[in-house]
Amino acid sequence: MPSTPRTAERAGAEAPPLLEVSNLETNFSTPDGEVPAVGGVSFTLGRDETLGVVGESGSGKSQIFMSIMGLLSTNGRARGSVKFDGEEILNLPRAGLNRIRGDRMSMIFQDPMTSLNPYLTVGRQLTEVLVTHKGMNESEAREAAVAMLDRVQIPEAGRRIDMYPHEYSGGMRQRAMIAMALLCRPELLIADEPTTALDVTIQAQILELIGEIRAQGSTAIILITHDLGVVAGLCDRVMVMYAGRIVESGSVADIFYRPQHPYTEGLLHSMPRLDEKDAKRLATIPGQPPNLQRLPPGCAFEPRCQHRIEVCKTTIPPLRDSGAGRRKACHLERS
Amino acid sequence: MLSYAIRRLFGAVPTLLLLVAVAFFMMRLAPGGPFDKERKVPAEVLANLEKAYHLDEPLIAQFVRYLGNVLRGDFGPSFKYKDFSVTELIWGGFPTSLTLGGTAILLAGVIGITLGIFAALRQNTMVDYVLMASAMTGIALPNFVVAPLLTLVFGLWLSWLPVGGWGDSWTQGILPIVALTLPEIAAIARLTRASMIETLRSNYVRTARAKGLPERVAILRHALKGALLPVISYLGPAVAGIITGSIIIEQIFSIPGIGRYFVQASLNRDYTLVMGVTIFYGVIIILFNLAVDLIYGFLDPKVRYD
Repeated sequence: MPSTPRTAERAGAEAPPLLEVSNLETNFSTPDGEVPAVGGVSFTLGRDETLGVVGESGSGKSQIFMSIMGLLSTNGRARGSVKFDGEEILNLPRAGLNRIRGDRMSMIFQDPMTSLNPYLTVGRQLTEVLVTHKGMNESEAREAAVAMLDRVQIPEAGRRIDMYPHEYSGGMRQRAMIAMALLCRPELLIADEPTTALDVTIQAQILELIGEIRAQGSTAIILITHDLGVVAGLCDRVMVMYAGRIVESGSVADIFYRPQHPYTEGLLHSMPRLDEKDAKRLATIPGQPPNLQRLPPGCAFEPRCQHRIEVCKTTIPPLRDSGAGRRKACHLERS
Repeated sequence: MLSYAIRRLFGAVPTLLLLVAVAFFMMRLAPGGPFDKERKVPAEVLANLEKAYHLDEPLIAQFVRYLGNVLRGDFGPSFKYKDFSVTELIWGGFPTSLTLGGTAILLAGVIGITLGIFAALRQNTMVDYVLMASAMTGIALPNFVVAPLLTLVFGLWLSWLPVGGWGDSWTQGILPIVALTLPEIAAIARLTRASMIETLRSNYVRTARAKGLPERVAILRHALKGALLPVISYLGPAVAGIITGSIIIEQIFSIPGIGRYFVQASLNRDYTLVMGVTIFYGVIIILFNLAVDLIYGFLDPKVRYD
């Protein structure tokens, strides 16, 4: 593990993991009652590690990180513990959170069209980050911003920095978002479906860019996606989410080649494959994603599971170790 | 942008022509005439008067003659104030009306926007509910109800403020300006609140927060500009509202502005003065809407004038 300046300062003592999430619960109060979006999630992320978080819409994968970043909508409440570099940051007052987010921990979002401010130049939106966190003056910040736009391969960065977001293409906007997130050389980059809103060819370019950031080390990456293909190419570890809980986690190789949870299996089978000779109908997971307000008393996946047994109906399976570096939440004993 | 402005001004000519035509014929359709007095005027005197003002010609001929005069910048003499031309009367009342209306629109903007933001930041709290309930009342109460109420309370019962007049003391301006401003404050506050709430939920404000910017910067730099665009668009109608409001308010508080001339000219069938004021108001509203569109383009980089 290459040592960053911050870890070097801690020489001697055992450095805590970069991110340590314990029993995170996120609820939204709605006119129809409480909606549990995240139901008790625990995981750790090491420095320079790249973690994929997969799950379908409504599985709570984005809301975990909205909670961590303090970006929940006003009706959302998070409980539990999130430690960033050993420091508790969950529900920190805004000023405390603002020391970390945008500086040591930054986030990019799904829709680059609406995530950039249409009324400010791209340059302004970049330089304000450096002025806020690094105390730079405008001209230093501008120089650094041009360099960063250059690094994310925006052509003619010196000229384009003065443009407005609507003058950028979709791919360029996401590059600008990534540049904005990387300005302060964060230790953690959270990418929430960074390619979902983009054309396929642009997707590949953005993923390549994230791959380069990963290769340079010094930044841990969390990639939230519903696209297993994206995870396979980029991540060290994968966490599979269902109905607000982690159902399985492990190394990319383990999850892809030796899935232990029936839901992970179902996900993998429902991926289109290029190497299959005769075109069959794509496999699907029968049934509907669960209603978070009326979760069954047992395993949330039980109604759709083809391997269900009696205990699944009554008891929520705990997330337990199931081999070297892997965990699963399933009653079934199989490997 | 200049060529856009010039094209807009040319585009306003048909609008103005239509305004002149409608006002001219409606005025003439109204029963009575400028020389009707309580005491009957002898028939031959009336005939002479009508001849002198060309009122004996066919209506169409009068309209064409009037248009010709207007194009030369001549709005004619007032029928009622015989020693003054319409132009002199309008320019005489304009500074007063401008002071009244200008102060009103400025206050409406500043107070309305401030209250709107305040309510949006405290959405669904007591402060928000009280502000919005007051705003609803402000919109629902027409100013011809508000003005006498204010006069009654602050002028007669409390004797804090003068109930009319203009120019002797600045306190004379308070009640008319408040009466004129309240409904616009209410409308602007509600509009700002709604648009601010929407903007605060937008993805780009979320990005601003994710960047760790202080909340003050996220609101003032990132949310405010987008939130104000609908409010800026509303300023055009707001000015029209202030103008129509000032017609009534000037009458109620005996303020010697254009609005008061307008009311009295209508009652007296002072054809030329009514026409003159109508055209003047029309031009002001057209110019203000143009100004609003230009400001809009200045705020929103996606708007291009070509």
